[in-house]
Amino acid sequence: MTPPPYESPRYLDAGEAALSVEFGDSVDPEINACVLTLDAALREAKLPGVEELVPTYRSLMIHYEPLTILRADLVKVLNSLVLQGASAFTPKARWRVPCCYDPALAEDIIEAARILGMSPDQLSALHANGCYRAYMYGFAPGWCYLGGLPESLALPRRASPRGATPPGAVLIGGGLSLISANPMPTGWYVIGRTPERMFALEREPPLLIEPGDDVCFEPVDHEMFFALEARAARGEIVALREALP
Amino acid sequence: MSATLRILKAGPGASVQDKGRLGFLRFGVTPAGPMDPGAFIAARLAAGDAKGAAIEASLGGLELAAEGGEIGLAIAGGAFDIRLDERALPSACVLRLVPGARLSVRAGSAGAWVYLAPFGRLDLPFVLGSYATHARSGLGGLDGRMLRAGDALKIVDPRPAPVEPMAILAPWIGERPAKSRVMLGPQQDYFSPEAIETFLTARWRLSERSDRMAYRLEGPLLQHLKGHDIVSDGVAFGAIQTPGDGAPLVLMADRQPTGGYPKIANVIGADLSALAQMRAGDLLEFASVSWEQAVAARRARARAIAAGVALEPLLRKEFSPEFLLERNLVGGVIDGRKT
Repeated sequence: MTPPPYESPRYLDAGEAALSVEFGDSVDPEINACVLTLDAALREAKLPGVEELVPTYRSLMIHYEPLTILRADLVKVLNSLVLQGASAFTPKARWRVPCCYDPALAEDIIEAARILGMSPDQLSALHANGCYRAYMYGFAPGWCYLGGLPESLALPRRASPRGATPPGAVLIGGGLSLISANPMPTGWYVIGRTPERMFALEREPPLLIEPGDDVCFEPVDHEMFFALEARAARGEIVALREALP
Repeated sequence: MSATLRILKAGPGASVQDKGRLGFLRFGVTPAGPMDPGAFIAARLAAGDAKGAAIEASLGGLELAAEGGEIGLAIAGGAFDIRLDERALPSACVLRLVPGARLSVRAGSAGAWVYLAPFGRLDLPFVLGSYATHARSGLGGLDGRMLRAGDALKIVDPRPAPVEPMAILAPWIGERPAKSRVMLGPQQDYFSPEAIETFLTARWRLSERSDRMAYRLEGPLLQHLKGHDIVSDGVAFGAIQTPGDGAPLVLMADRQPTGGYPKIANVIGADLSALAQMRAGDLLEFASVSWEQAVAARRARARAIAAGVALEPLLRKEFSPEFLLERNLVGGVIDGRKT
């Protein structure tokens, strides 16, 4: 049981130019839906003085210019938007992200399967059958944290981090999944790799998946992985985006 | 032919910065930008264009020369030792660097960061709408990395700088509040009232282990009430987070946009410059203020910046003894015993 969202959000100051709107204190689909609903509404509202919105699992960080919009006026708008928006968040897009679960590329899949008490094939089948939501980005550019990991794949993070991830590593850890971009050390487990580039400056757009988009994985074999990776290297987008009604 | 700024020597910590990479925090992209936003804007204003980029240098210093033409530079930051061919100049000044001359920037009596803004534009690629360098993710600036000896930065659309060096007057540079003002939160409820009291009354020492990402504070340890892990939330410039070891970190320009440790307080915008200019070993104290007080300080700073900078000719009294000696102003020697 995870705790539900707060009855009404908490408005927490992070200095005079940032306000964190907190809907709960756990990683939970309902709480995150509140965050993403407010994020979408506030982006739509285009309030002067609201400079940047950063959705996280359980809160929306609003960076604003207090010499343009007063905190009290911002909170008034936020209260009315929170009242209007239910927690029924509707994603704008669904991504089909190719993912290779071959242990030759998925460096930690054998280890993770052993910890979970299943075979690597069972692990990859369960992961590929999951439906995910982009909860937030963090840690490094293009590192996209996904909710919706099947409960049978929840495993604690490593006590000490593993070495740098391979490019495009798909990971699990702490009850979540994650698509990474540039190599970084991590406490999570690499259970797949995508040929897609989550962050590519030379491509337009450089970042693909918006927080709030739905994500599912399409298993590809070793050979297909390298074919798609060659296309991605030429600047092609190899994940498929479907707009949702 | 356009002029090129050649880096002759660069200590660690020199990079190209602009006001920061804004608009991509939601994708995990670090904003970077200047450590001392006030000094950065003073240098840019003195160079005649608030929007551009500047070279940020730190205690490791920097030596520069112009190639292919003269280059105007506006310098502002901490009390650095600025010399143009051994001529000592004020730590905030504009100057013309002509080919053959050498500009040296060295750590001076105080301050940790200094900005050199060209009269013109640095010819570098715009990466996600910014020139700011974030070396950890390899973004912006010159090839996404810190500057080093041998680097060449082309200056395009040059504008003329005053023929003689002049001092920059920007009243907000070097403003140093007695205590760094903070607003408590967003996670002050993760700390006991005693821990908050300790935080606000202790004298903190800036650790050697401080960089563009975070300034580490040494002093009493702050006990957490509910553990040191929170579910990640957003992070602002100047957030003071307290990881498991209880030693606070002030998150600076190269912070990640989100983080998972409780944040006891946030340094207010008007006091970030002074904090950034502190050196390892310097002592600081915090004072809690309200949103209204923080905004009043922010408004005062914004008004001062809106009034702009003034340039002042160098007066004799400002010349250093070294400079006077070099110029050999004393035409002859008088023997006091004979008069």
